[in-house]
Amino acid sequence: MSVTAPETRAAAVAGGWGTPRRRRGRVREGLPLGGFSGTSLGLVVLWVSLLVLLPLAAVVGKAFGSGWGDFWSAITNRENRDALVLTVALAVGVALVNAVMGTVIAWVLVRERFRGSAVLEFVIDIPFALPTVVAGLVMLALYGQDSPIDVNLYGSRIGMFVALLFVTLPFAVRTVQPVLIDLDRDKEQAAASLGASPPVVFRRIVLPQLMPAMSSGAALAFARALGEYGSLVFISSAIPYHTEFASVIIYGKLQEQGDAPTQQASALATVLLLASALVLVLLDLLQRRMARHG
Amino acid sequence: MADVLTAPANRPAPPAANAGREPIRRTALGLRTLAVGYVGLLVLLPIGVLVYQALKPGLSLFGDTLTDPDTVHAYEVTAIVAGVALAIDVVFGVAAAVLLVRYRFPGRRLLSAFIDIPIAVSPIIVGLALILVFGPDGWFGSFVQDRVINAQPGMILATVFVSLPIVARAVVPVLEQAGVEQEQAAASLGANAVQRFVRVTLPTIRVALVYGTVLAFARCLGEYGAVLVVSGRIEGETETVSLRIGDLFDSDLNTEGAYALTLVLMVVSVAAIVVGSIIRRKRL
Amino acid sequence: MTSFLARRRRVAATVAAAAAVLVGVSACSSSSGSKTVRLVAYSVPKPAYDALAAAFAKTSAGKGVDVKGSYGPSGAQSKAVLGGQKADYVSFSIEPDLNALVKAGKVAGDWNTGPTNGLVTKSVVVIVVKKGNPLGIKGWDDLIKPGVKIVTPVPSTSGSAKWNILAAYEHTIAEGGTPAQASEYLKQFFAHVVSRAQSGSQATQQFLSGTGNVLISYENEAIAARQAGKPVDYVVPEQSVLIENPAAVTKSANKSAKAFLSYVESEAGQEIFVSKGFRPALAGAKIGTVAGANDPANPFPTPAKLITVESLGGWSKVNDEFFGDKGISTTLEKA
Repeated sequence: MSVTAPETRAAAVAGGWGTPRRRRGRVREGLPLGGFSGTSLGLVVLWVSLLVLLPLAAVVGKAFGSGWGDFWSAITNRENRDALVLTVALAVGVALVNAVMGTVIAWVLVRERFRGSAVLEFVIDIPFALPTVVAGLVMLALYGQDSPIDVNLYGSRIGMFVALLFVTLPFAVRTVQPVLIDLDRDKEQAAASLGASPPVVFRRIVLPQLMPAMSSGAALAFARALGEYGSLVFISSAIPYHTEFASVIIYGKLQEQGDAPTQQASALATVLLLASALVLVLLDLLQRRMARHG
Repeated sequence: MADVLTAPANRPAPPAANAGREPIRRTALGLRTLAVGYVGLLVLLPIGVLVYQALKPGLSLFGDTLTDPDTVHAYEVTAIVAGVALAIDVVFGVAAAVLLVRYRFPGRRLLSAFIDIPIAVSPIIVGLALILVFGPDGWFGSFVQDRVINAQPGMILATVFVSLPIVARAVVPVLEQAGVEQEQAAASLGANAVQRFVRVTLPTIRVALVYGTVLAFARCLGEYGAVLVVSGRIEGETETVSLRIGDLFDSDLNTEGAYALTLVLMVVSVAAIVVGSIIRRKRL
Repeated sequence: MTSFLARRRRVAATVAAAAAVLVGVSACSSSSGSKTVRLVAYSVPKPAYDALAAAFAKTSAGKGVDVKGSYGPSGAQSKAVLGGQKADYVSFSIEPDLNALVKAGKVAGDWNTGPTNGLVTKSVVVIVVKKGNPLGIKGWDDLIKPGVKIVTPVPSTSGSAKWNILAAYEHTIAEGGTPAQASEYLKQFFAHVVSRAQSGSQATQQFLSGTGNVLISYENEAIAARQAGKPVDYVVPEQSVLIENPAAVTKSANKSAKAFLSYVESEAGQEIFVSKGFRPALAGAKIGTVAGANDPANPFPTPAKLITVESLGGWSKVNDEFFGDKGISTTLEKA
């Protein structure tokens, strides 16, 4: 997850489309630190630690504050455990769907210029810019009790899945797209001229080159879906053992009187943080390995 | 962009490719339909329905909700919280990007990773984390009591946390791509760091910076989960537009009002992306 | 080339400016002149307090007063004030949430010696059903029949939940049952609960969104839902608990807050509460027609058996007995 990692990740956050063609190779040289920049760096580091690291460390600290036993019982208690399992399952499902659909959509955008592709471009960015509470109500408007098309997904896991698909849509598309744009067509044309059919060309030539970007997008979608709250809370009835998910339990515990609920909330939060961290670290390792093997 | 699956005209196309052109077209069409259908059903349809539901009760009710004094207060609170957060994001984002790309120092990779963390953290956890640090039982104890949590600074902090990486990540690729030559040239001509930054770096990243700012703005505007946790939901003070939407829905049982305000927020966010897209296009 | 020192000064100045902005913003936002009343309340009386604030502003004592309300689950709000959230006027669902503030020294111990004994509203626990009462619910015992899905908030944050659970348990005793039978009923009651709402209003919202088919709530919440045009009906069961909601001003409250409390407890204030579906706390307050009630002309019928917390030994005892670590409700909920 460093700045010198494939621009795919950067593109994902920045919205990809329109990033100028990159030169091969990266800017490795750097100026040494001195006066002004030294102080600025100090400030930046201070800010990052104050804002990002310390609070997160506090969460982990609180989770284990009263010992491993309390931590363990907080996450193995049936209600919390079921919610965690559901949350992870939904996140994995969404990541997989996005890996596929993200690639399809990116392909269509890059390789098939058609009337309306500009509109498609624009629509894909919408879920990223939309506030989560807006996404939640948008979902409820269509899939809730008063749905004009008579589809009521309120209180169902399918409804939650659809809501998550909505908010994670841009991630995979925007990671795959820049890679597709930059793809060297020679190999594909060579394979085609040798008689390979398009599906084979795709599977053997294109797909392997897209894999890093696809997994990157999938991992981002996973991390996002894991912690989603605003867009889920309206369509989910948050019924224990059924549609209750991790972040809603954490939020609930924060409202309870006493210290134990805060500890439990921290325990659940720690699990979510670890899961996201794990996936992103694995992804980084995977990509570095893929980069080495070409 | 020519369809790569069609063989170039000056090379005799092998029979296989020629004979397979029909299925290729159909697959292409099929893929297109799949992509458009998926996005249309997933994104456009629900948004369309929301617009319909929001406007169905009539324009006067719509107007009433938007001009309700509590809602107007929410606009003000949002403007302050999002505005300050955005300013911090931009300053930090640019500084971080320049430092990460142009300078070398031990721990550079680590810093980059840390800046990326907010993308993977649930907003509710952000809120929890801030409460643990700045809350009554937090590390600063009663000194910050009620000055951070349940007050606007806490909400600003929460908003900054979740939007922190956006500007930096928008600027970094452009900086990387631009290369150091120009800045080195400026340095060799006697420009100091600030001059280099203002005269060389800033113009280079201008478009990406604006785009990143627009995206960060949309994010700051719409933050819900994190501010939900740290705000005391005090009307006129710690209730942003997103929180107001939630309250209209939950406490006031005012579904129409919630939808109306949602529509407004949605229009603003979408306008932000439109602006961003236009800016990117102009660059190309 | 500007000196190293000059650059440092510039940076320091920027940081100082940023810090000043933050402090300035916070100072600005938490401005509380003597004309601001910070109201921290449980979730359901929001429409009532909105109306009260508007009416109060029209009185001479209330001219120019700005009531800033914060609403949420009763327990959570109490916890927030304990944790430092500024409050001038607090209004909770149950007495223990207010007593917590008294114990912490935030509210004076004589809060309940006024004309209404510190109460501002009363109500009863009712059973809310979908319009037309499709399941034909008539009372508590119908709730444990197969197919009934109960929506009620959680007692760990909500005052409404505690009233509901108390009523569910005590109705058996009021019918002549034994504590063992009452516990058995409560156990089955919990088995039918499908929701996990944090506050009374959240439970109402969940119910209205489609969760469950029965909602246990305050009578005033049922009336409020009907006033908002929602398709619900409600049943006042034969046995119910008398809900009494306390309110007080904090020790740091200003004159406006005290005036607001007086207004709320006065005839005029109580009438506004009544119009929103609450039973008045002031003896002799006028009860006119209440839109949304089952019978607007006689909106507040007395259940055959009305149980008071007083008769059960007071809230401290009840809170411990039912919701303490080894409480009746706590143990049965986990079962």
